Amino acid sequence: MTVAASILVEEHSARTRMAPASRIGDKAFEWLTLAMALAVVVLVILIGWQLWQGSSLAIKKFGFHFLTTSTWDPVAEQFGALPFIYGTLVSSLIALLIAVPLSIATAAYLTELAPPWIRQPLVSLIEMLAAIPSVILGLWGIFVMVPWLREYPFPLLKRFLGWTPFFTGPMYGPSMLAGGIIIAIMILPIITSVSREILRSVPDLQREAAYALGATRWEATRIAVLSYAKKGLFGAVILGLGRALGETMAVTMVIGNTPQIAASLFKPGYTLASVIANEFTEATTDIYLQALFEIGLVLLGITILVNLLAQLLLRTITTTSATRAVQ
Amino acid sequence: MENLIVTTPERTVMEHVDQPVEPPPADESVPACTFQVKNLSIWYGEKRAIDNVTLDIASNAVTAIIGPSGCGKSTFIRALNRMHELVPKTRVEGTVLLQGEDLYLNDVDPAIVRRRVGMVFQKSNPFPTMSIGENVVVGLRLNGVRDRKFLNERLEKSLRMAALWDEVKDDLHKPGTSLSGGQQQRLCIARALAVEPEVLLMDEPCSALDPIATAKIEELIYELKARYTIVTVTHNMQQAGRISDYTAFFYIGRLIEIGPTTKIFTNPTDRQTEDYITGRFG
Amino acid sequence: MHFERAHRHTWRKIKSGLASTIAFVSALLVITPLSLVFFHLVVNGAGSVNWDFFTKLPAPVGAAGGGMVNAIVGSLELLALAGAIGIPVGVLGGVYLAEYGSARINSVLRFLADVLNGIPSITWGVVVYGLVVLRLKGFSAYAGGLALSLIMIPLILRTTEEVVLLVPNGYREASLALGVSRWKTIVHIVMKTASKGIITGILLALARVGGETAPLLFTAFGNRFWNHSLSQPIAALPLQIFTYAISPYDDWHRQAWAGALVLVTGVFCVNVIVRILTRGRAASVV
Repeated sequence: MTVAASILVEEHSARTRMAPASRIGDKAFEWLTLAMALAVVVLVILIGWQLWQGSSLAIKKFGFHFLTTSTWDPVAEQFGALPFIYGTLVSSLIALLIAVPLSIATAAYLTELAPPWIRQPLVSLIEMLAAIPSVILGLWGIFVMVPWLREYPFPLLKRFLGWTPFFTGPMYGPSMLAGGIIIAIMILPIITSVSREILRSVPDLQREAAYALGATRWEATRIAVLSYAKKGLFGAVILGLGRALGETMAVTMVIGNTPQIAASLFKPGYTLASVIANEFTEATTDIYLQALFEIGLVLLGITILVNLLAQLLLRTITTTSATRAVQ
Repeated sequence: MENLIVTTPERTVMEHVDQPVEPPPADESVPACTFQVKNLSIWYGEKRAIDNVTLDIASNAVTAIIGPSGCGKSTFIRALNRMHELVPKTRVEGTVLLQGEDLYLNDVDPAIVRRRVGMVFQKSNPFPTMSIGENVVVGLRLNGVRDRKFLNERLEKSLRMAALWDEVKDDLHKPGTSLSGGQQQRLCIARALAVEPEVLLMDEPCSALDPIATAKIEELIYELKARYTIVTVTHNMQQAGRISDYTAFFYIGRLIEIGPTTKIFTNPTDRQTEDYITGRFG
Repeated sequence: MHFERAHRHTWRKIKSGLASTIAFVSALLVITPLSLVFFHLVVNGAGSVNWDFFTKLPAPVGAAGGGMVNAIVGSLELLALAGAIGIPVGVLGGVYLAEYGSARINSVLRFLADVLNGIPSITWGVVVYGLVVLRLKGFSAYAGGLALSLIMIPLILRTTEEVVLLVPNGYREASLALGVSRWKTIVHIVMKTASKGIITGILLALARVGGETAPLLFTAFGNRFWNHSLSQPIAALPLQIFTYAISPYDDWHRQAWAGALVLVTGVFCVNVIVRILTRGRAASVV
């Protein structure tokens, strides 16, 4: 009481010292942050506009043939992107064939089957794999992986699967298969970690129901968890595909960089991203540069479509799991 | 904006619970009450949270708002310093006068309103990145007060008023979150007092505290009413009876009854109030 | 009948064990490349990481020795440029998404940011080439920094949004109830409370673009010497590794391995710091 009374003497001292609140500051800050957030809109427009602008002449000159012809001859100014589209798709497909089963099995191991003490260290290691820059993986690919592939697995493949068209011809080392394998390594972490999130979002009720029916650990994982999360896992795979299609440095270093369409995976290939990386600074004529811009546009189009699909798949998953949590 | 807290004779009368309540004086220029709420309705989107409430809140007294959960008591006290506006899509009808000034006029800055009407929350929330000392003066600092000497004086005074000074005076540099729950809540009271508000709103200030800490806060509330008008929400009937001079009973967004606490608790006019107080519902 | 059921049960158990084993082997296979890469980096690179490496310019073709000091400094300069643009834009944009904006606008912005995060990094190189290099008629550090910053923006924006949303509402209310304006509340209370998370996001973004090569190929371009002006081409560690790796010289290959070891060490250090930071955050803000 006495304290309060003594303070009464210097009434309003704090209030007179305080700056008048100003709503101008509030508005200014809101507009500033809005402007920064709109950067994402600007960037989307910019990337589309710039690639379109940069390739307008090429689009006019080659039209739809650009996508369907396979001659890439800068000297004769003949440009067809088909070998690169083919190379991108095939190398990504190989990558998915290798990475998907491994990633999903690892994710299932991490969430369902592994003893608890092993989980966190394993997750950390996978995050570290994700952190390795592409160029370093490429370096390792050139000097370690490719020579090893040529020495051991390739001859084996040829011996046992040589009757198929995929494993015939000379084995140089740098090849579509090597490119696919290096991409697989690069997309393993993303598919694993997204799949792990998906599996973790499966409600425990599902597992309990399976165990209550006398299911073994694996049966519960297969019946209750994996089938429940099917759609989300598909989303994770598509997200990995999006990464695979745009992977540049490591692939460029091991795929052989030859624009050709060949059935044998031992033969070198070329991808959309690699041709940009290799030839952009060498493009001496306008039309050559334009053609490379158009390659960029094609790559952008494909990756955006794939990413949209992935987001669609993953979004419905997250919203349904969110509503489930609310209910 | 400048309002002097004057202890007018009318108001000293109102401080004493045992005295009968005087009706507001006829003289319009000097409001007898800190808040005059007229026909206040509040919507959250389509949902009406407060339905046509009219009441006066006496100065230098403790007014307790009671009622079953979801009755709008929290919304009501938040409307007294425009904190409810933080929820998007709120709409207000009616008027709230603070010392005769309408809080909801277009050119009134909610920040200024909140400096005059401080608030203490259910869950103590000292800023985790700041020390005890910084927590107390943060309101002044962020409102542009730079004078170190002044800030230090304010720091000590606010902590003394919150009955926390003796416990923390040697640990002012320690994080605010290192204190016990009850101390944290008194720190939050000190933080609110440091900007020298005229009114202190308390939204269930003791609901997360143990009985001993609660007793300290209640004691503090009793001391603070000499200087502040206090409005507190509580779900604890005994507490309302212990600390408040006036009690308002809310039910489904409506004000059912307001009056001196002794009357509300011993002889309520309304049947619903009686049922609630005797624990027959809620 | 009874015997048959027991038999079936044993078989199911074996199947379950088998599945667990396969999953375990898969997990091993996933981390095998990591250990192999790390092993070979140390074996091939450690020998060439010496004092010269950090202090000397690259040696001419055929001459042994030399270092990558210009590339290390160049990378840091590029990161500084990228950060100067990418950090404020990303952080403030993330704050907008978390603190302002209607649900509809935010979901559009969030969606676009996710789209941007999925765009191959080389595309940014092409875009900046068209925007900056062609216009200014030359490769430059500015162009490289810009390309990296464009990759950082959506990354930082999303992480900032996430951590700012984690700040409990009680702190915003407490500050606003003191009569503190909204923007000061956001800057001094909310962002300060979320600062560890925001810094984590920034560090991760820097680590990510610090290892990027593709967007620098035709923006920063690379430089065998010191960069004397930011409007000139500049060396970067990943670029130099790439150039050396695809060259036919053994000396350069050794340098590439050494550079890769240094780069990976840097990136891993940032990741370890982040791990420590996030551990602290989990304890302090709940």
